[in-house]
Amino acid sequence: MGLRRVAIVGAGMTKFMRRALETGRELSWQASRMALESCELTLKDVDGVVIGTAPDVFDGVHMKGEYLADGAGGWGKPVLRGYVGGGTGVFSPIQGWYHVASGLFDVVLVVAEEKMSTCHPHPQGAFLSIFDNILERPLEPNLIWIFALEMHRYMAAYGISKRDIALVSVKNKRNALDHPCAQVAENITVEDVLNSEVLVWPVNRLDVSPVSDGAAALVLAAEHVAKRVTDKPVWIDGVGWHLDSAYWTNRELCYPKYVEYAARMAYRMAGITEPRKQIHVVEPYDPFSYKELHHLEGLLLCGKGEAPQLTADGVTQRNGDLPVCPSGGLMGVGNPIAASGVMKTAEIFWQLRGEAGKRQVPGRPTCGLAQAWGDLMQVGTVIVLRT
Amino acid sequence: MVGEREFPGTPLSDEDLHKGKVLTVEADPNARYAWDTGVAIGRFLAELKNGRIIGRRCHRCRRTLVPPRMFCEQCFRPTDEWVYLKDSGRVNTYSISYIRWDASRVAEPTIPAVVEIDGAHKGMGFLHLLGEVKPDDVHMGMRVKAVWKRPRERVGSIRDILYFKPY
Amino acid sequence: MPSRVAIVGVGHTQFRATSPGLSYKEIMFEAATKAYADAAIDPRRDIDSFVCCSEDLSEGTGIFDEYVPDQIGAALRPVHTIAGDGLQGLVAAYMQILTGAFDVVAVEAHSKASNILTPNYVLALALDPIYVRPLGAHPHIVAGLEMSRYLHASGASREQCAHVVAKNRGNALFNEAAAYGADLEPDEILQAAAAFEPLSRLDISAAADGAVVVVLASEARARTLDAEPVWVLGAGWCTDSPALDSRQWDTAAYARLAAQQAYRLAGISVPSREIDFAEVDDTFSYKELQHLEALGLFRPGEAGPATAEGLTTLDGDLPVNPSGGSLGVGHLGEATGLYRLVEVVRQLREEAGPRQLPDVEVGLAQSWRGVPTATGAVVVLGKEPEA
Repeated sequence: MGLRRVAIVGAGMTKFMRRALETGRELSWQASRMALESCELTLKDVDGVVIGTAPDVFDGVHMKGEYLADGAGGWGKPVLRGYVGGGTGVFSPIQGWYHVASGLFDVVLVVAEEKMSTCHPHPQGAFLSIFDNILERPLEPNLIWIFALEMHRYMAAYGISKRDIALVSVKNKRNALDHPCAQVAENITVEDVLNSEVLVWPVNRLDVSPVSDGAAALVLAAEHVAKRVTDKPVWIDGVGWHLDSAYWTNRELCYPKYVEYAARMAYRMAGITEPRKQIHVVEPYDPFSYKELHHLEGLLLCGKGEAPQLTADGVTQRNGDLPVCPSGGLMGVGNPIAASGVMKTAEIFWQLRGEAGKRQVPGRPTCGLAQAWGDLMQVGTVIVLRT
Repeated sequence: MVGEREFPGTPLSDEDLHKGKVLTVEADPNARYAWDTGVAIGRFLAELKNGRIIGRRCHRCRRTLVPPRMFCEQCFRPTDEWVYLKDSGRVNTYSISYIRWDASRVAEPTIPAVVEIDGAHKGMGFLHLLGEVKPDDVHMGMRVKAVWKRPRERVGSIRDILYFKPY
Repeated sequence: MPSRVAIVGVGHTQFRATSPGLSYKEIMFEAATKAYADAAIDPRRDIDSFVCCSEDLSEGTGIFDEYVPDQIGAALRPVHTIAGDGLQGLVAAYMQILTGAFDVVAVEAHSKASNILTPNYVLALALDPIYVRPLGAHPHIVAGLEMSRYLHASGASREQCAHVVAKNRGNALFNEAAAYGADLEPDEILQAAAAFEPLSRLDISAAADGAVVVVLASEARARTLDAEPVWVLGAGWCTDSPALDSRQWDTAAYARLAAQQAYRLAGISVPSREIDFAEVDDTFSYKELQHLEALGLFRPGEAGPATAEGLTTLDGDLPVNPSGGSLGVGHLGEATGLYRLVEVVRQLREEAGPRQLPDVEVGLAQSWRGVPTATGAVVVLGKEPEA
């Protein structure tokens, strides 16, 4: 296709925490500095900055991207903030990709940050504002309603049980025990999940990722710089994103079509015709346990309704045929909304370079995928990476 | 990550915050809005006040849309006519909520649902609540009908419908 | 040398102090319909990607990105939101086309300022929550402080700033779309009630509602469409420090740096000679002067006297804000900069009717994100693909 090649050459992140001492700017700085140090570049080498951060309502700061800018290296530089809700974390490196692939930038710093703890009495209350201002907010929905409605539709469509879904919580929270930044890593059983507090049936407490503070950053570089900076550049071979209609109550919720379309866009660019064979390690978005399954199907990594069987068979374990969320995902590491997607992208980056430590999947993967999701069951963002 | 280094970030506990071990600045945002409902939703709300549900139809794709909109998002053209719909429908999906919008727990669970409205295109619904039914007695595809507030209590709001009950 | 990008369609609604009959979706639909008709394209088939510009707190909705696709023909298409102003959205579209992976990209921005009941409180939420907001001051004092500093450093006077107001509101009388056309004398502006010293009430642009959509295309695609293309010769954007304590107050450094990037791409070395007219941000009267100097269109200290002498009127040597600027049209929130660009397009296409400037070949559009930011963008457009 003749597109200019772009690589990820460095990554860094903070711990994910329920409540951080650091301000959003400080978290951004910590992650950015680590990312730059990891590839021995400095801010002087950075031509542009992409900031990803989701709802401003959590921080109680309007134009949050402006506020975070200097913490994210954006001082006297071109800075853009992209915002696609939860999809932002994988969209930010995609934005970084188009900065470099355009030919206008050689080195771009991508920084994603979230500080949800600022919102009192509970960050979940801030989600009220994402519902339709006139037709939905007066019903006082809790965010979890919309996930519960979708989860139930998915279960009913394919005959999937809560037990099937709980396996994802178990796998990811266990995987997270090997992630030094993890907020909620633990060894649990399916029974633990099923016995945990029912929030909005069929969603139990252990089906949900936590509220978090944290930041993560990536350094992207054009080919000639990437080759100079590292002997293991990880190429961004495919990017895709799609946003479905806002009218979520008019759509079929059992299948995320927008994730499929985003994946097809990325696969076409990356020359992937058999995703299940050609992709070796995957980090789909898992804000809720069932979402990992929903997204595996949308990513065309298995047939509709088949992801639970894949999980039950152990295929998605780290040592399985298709490791899924080796990081521990949002379920295990935490969910500072925009930063979680960058964490997943960073995970694939580290996996492909053999630098994931105890989380390293065997078999020297050379192709990986990170996917995020967001808005009202609405946006899919996909990135395909290769060494 | 190269090596098992220490990752930055200083976790605080709930206690650290409430016992004043860290300095904080508090503020209450005063962000208030009054949204123009516009042609489509303005009419929708006015009809709710009348005890009716109204949709819009696109002649090209022949879908009757609810909530109504003046544009067809599939055809990208203005929609063509108003269509009164029934105030009954089927449950597309439902859940059972033990928490309020602010995460506090409720004594009696509520039953949020997406209700597909009779007269609209297949799969077209909106979010509302189910009532006069026990959670265990709800099933997917269940037929339901709107229970309205008394006429003089209606103001032109989605809450002019109290809930949908089985029928 | 990157491949070329053109503007192939523009559309917008009228701009008025209130728009009670229409929802934000309906004004977006109107602007999009007009822009696509102008470009003679069908968004469901011909547009590869859509960029929307919005800030949640200006809309009163969390993750406003959710609500954009349907009314601009973008349902289940690649869409993303830039939490930034319309020209930042434009550069995102520009970069996407330059990658070679996208041929046609639409950019949207709108204002429903009339729906914000507590605009000053919302704007105050953009102030640093720890160092500035607790002072309890109205956010516009930041503009007052900067104006004092600018007048002191440049030697400009309040009278010269008042000429900006009179010129722009007068120009707006020739612009059907404008909300605040008026025939005012500079004295009236000076004598108006003091607002945030040295700003008087009339030095501050009032808000207006409206929507703007612009369609960009690659050169190859532009040449197949009917519309007369207007070429993007160069673009730049920049964020100076968000912290009030560490930014430049005398000059608009963000505008200077953004212009540098744009001029470099456009091959412009003497902007004051090579640019025929400009649409620059005049959210506050003094900003027009400060921006003109930062853009290199006038030397430091000379924009004020030049304005008082009439050099920037419709008949002048270098017309500035022929549309009426924000002072005359209304401040359009994130759409402000995008509408500046629309005016440049109309002038270059000779479609500006009673405001038409004679013999213009190259125009500049510049934006500023407003108090308390130091962020802005610059786009240089030309009738011909080369400056």
